[in-house]
Amino acid sequence: MPAAIAALGSWPAVLLAGPAGPGDLPAARAQMGFSLAWHIIVACLGVGLPALTLLAEWLGIRREDPALKLLARRWARAMGVLFAVGAVSGTILSFEMGLLWPGLMGRFGQVIGLPFALEGIAFFIEAIFLGIYLYAWDRLPPRRHLLTGIPIVVAGTASAFFVVCANAWMNQPRGYTLRDGKVVHVDPWAAMLNPASPPQTVHMILAAFMVASFLTASVYAVALLRGRRDAYHRAGFAIPFTLGAVVAPFQIVVGDWAARFLSDYQPVKLAAIEGVYHTGSHIPLTVGGVAGDNGLQYGLEVPDGLSLLVGYRTDTVVKGLDQVPRNQWPAVTGVHWAFDLMVACGFFMLGLGVWLLLAWWRTRRSGGGLLDRRDSGGGLLDRRGSRLLLALVALAGPASVVALESGWSVTELGRQPWIVYGVMSVRDAVNPAPGLMTGLWLVLAVYAAMTVATVYVLRRLARGTAVPVAPQEADVRDYPVV
Amino acid sequence: MLVDTALAVMWAGLTCYALFAGADFGAGVWDLFAGGASRGARQRRVIEHSIGPIWEANHVWLIFVIVLLWACFSPVFAAVMSTLYVPLTLAALGIIARGAAFAFRKVSTELWQQRLFGAFFALSSLLTPFFLGAVAGGVASGRVPAGLAEGDVITSWLNPTSALGGALAVLTCAHLAAVYLCADVARDGDAELARAFARRAIATGLASGAVALAGTAVLHADAPALFHGLTHRALPLVVLSAVSGVAGLALLATRHYLAARVAAALAVAAILWSWGAAQYPAMLVGSLTASQSASQPPVLSACLISLACGAALLIPSLWLLYATFQRANTSEPEHPPA
Repeated sequence: MPAAIAALGSWPAVLLAGPAGPGDLPAARAQMGFSLAWHIIVACLGVGLPALTLLAEWLGIRREDPALKLLARRWARAMGVLFAVGAVSGTILSFEMGLLWPGLMGRFGQVIGLPFALEGIAFFIEAIFLGIYLYAWDRLPPRRHLLTGIPIVVAGTASAFFVVCANAWMNQPRGYTLRDGKVVHVDPWAAMLNPASPPQTVHMILAAFMVASFLTASVYAVALLRGRRDAYHRAGFAIPFTLGAVVAPFQIVVGDWAARFLSDYQPVKLAAIEGVYHTGSHIPLTVGGVAGDNGLQYGLEVPDGLSLLVGYRTDTVVKGLDQVPRNQWPAVTGVHWAFDLMVACGFFMLGLGVWLLLAWWRTRRSGGGLLDRRDSGGGLLDRRGSRLLLALVALAGPASVVALESGWSVTELGRQPWIVYGVMSVRDAVNPAPGLMTGLWLVLAVYAAMTVATVYVLRRLARGTAVPVAPQEADVRDYPVV
Repeated sequence: MLVDTALAVMWAGLTCYALFAGADFGAGVWDLFAGGASRGARQRRVIEHSIGPIWEANHVWLIFVIVLLWACFSPVFAAVMSTLYVPLTLAALGIIARGAAFAFRKVSTELWQQRLFGAFFALSSLLTPFFLGAVAGGVASGRVPAGLAEGDVITSWLNPTSALGGALAVLTCAHLAAVYLCADVARDGDAELARAFARRAIATGLASGAVALAGTAVLHADAPALFHGLTHRALPLVVLSAVSGVAGLALLATRHYLAARVAAALAVAAILWSWGAAQYPAMLVGSLTASQSASQPPVLSACLISLACGAALLIPSLWLLYATFQRANTSEPEHPPA
């Protein structure tokens, strides 16, 4: 018994036993990767969902449509929950930057501090107006209430821009000079607005709108498939689907820009993405495959495809992984597959957008609206094949998340083994303290609980019948469905 | 000059975090002690109403402080985060649990869910300020040397000064919350509940004072440099804190709730600034000063200019937020027709 008590008393020593072990670096990477992968979904919803909600509210006010007004209130409630978990999971990331990567922050914190300071301001504005928007729904006249939502969208987009600027800096470190290992001549603006910032930020912001749109649309696609075909569910499907369909083609173009950017600025990442081992011309585009000793094996090859994509000519020279020593190669199979997965999901969503465009064109010609019911001419959802479309959109929600996560994996894994491309390795940045493995398990447990609770609460919100006066005033019970 | 300005702005941010978000944590502590589901329902509703619209904005002050610390004093950030990563991880998890559970409880309708989420919300409201206070104690007592994880991973936060910091943080948060809630409840016309919160505010105020007094002995033994600073250069601020603390208690007893808010806030702010004044210019006692650890001037000025521009947007926005929700709820129609 005394031994047990002694063991209890020394638990911190047990968990943090000895110096940092070989498992601590993978643990730190896993923890960072996991909490980022979690946050990125919620953050995308935090950027995109307010836009959808405002769109529904605006249309509802303009058309005096109770279904649209109810939709806006429902979405606002989900927004309140998602924003809260997004705010706290984002805070954890700012902690983890120091807890896990003090080597990076100690040396380069001042170089990438500015975008984070600006992000803090943007996030502050977002939080302030979210509080007003959610809680003052019926304290303000409708149009003024609508106006209080606009800063949420603007500031949310700005937050995404600033944070991704900091990530872009890790790919294209600029705005400082290293002299004897010390950082001098810092130009924080040049660091923030580095060459990778434009393609990365635009790609990310569009991704946020696509994820929010397709995820929301997929929820209502499922409801419509189950036969709930009232105006409320039709609008809940059509508004986000339209927004997502509009964004999708732009995202494909921006994605091409982002990849082309790599061929000039970060050729190793592009080489890993496409599995190009040896520099050369007439490089094929390989879909799928496994990284072997001498190149991708078992993949589907399009002759000269990559050379054509990069330089529009079959003899364009593409730099291969052989420009750097093998111990500086990213994990080729993982990066390559993540990229292919992202592209596949992207084109899937683009295809759905084309479908919507064709349907829109046909209903226009027959004089109906997309959302009209069968008895007034037949809209999108009463045509032949509409069940197939709904099923595909239901899939597009998860597909948008897959595209998001795999695209993000390409950016991060493609940079390995560097935390700051070509300057500092991940190994040199990690916290040398013992016990990071324990931290990983703790964080995993907390996030698992938070995931279960978030999904459960959101599902309940979707099923709830009464919608309170202001979306966050939960204590009002007897409010009728509008 | 630039360094001192950055430091002052950061400390002002920390003060705002303590005064606003600290009270939100404190409200969670009172939620914890509000009693059973039916007895505590009224109090919990009041707490939810007061902090619901504003806690996220208040929480941002923490991000503000963290970001300024890493942008303007990167080596300090790296040293503190790497050595004190255990309490900071626990505080981070507490922040997650607090925020998420509060949002979840708000939209839950069944009692067992409200209980479950409420328990997480309230318990993490107690633990998070404790760990943050322990971190402050570790830094203030000079247990965080410069460099990466150079300090002891355990004793840097399991030590007398950290215990004092943690206890003081919890007590002052609870005190601030009770004082703020008095005025909120009184404005809504519930004099009885206002008096109940006033009693709690007085009790926690007295407890904070007692702990602070006992704490001087702890600091004398455990953190002599800090003790010397507090009893010399920072003495006026220490006295200011004590005086406004006592004045706040008197104002509470005489039911001047709004004035008591100001006094309580001043007392807490003065504690923070006395700590800052006592250890200035050291950032990490014994190893790094502000000017040694400061970022280069272009970084400091870029951050300060951005913040000044940001403040031009933020101050009117914050004013709008507080103005919208500090207006009396009672004048609102309870259930407007659909």
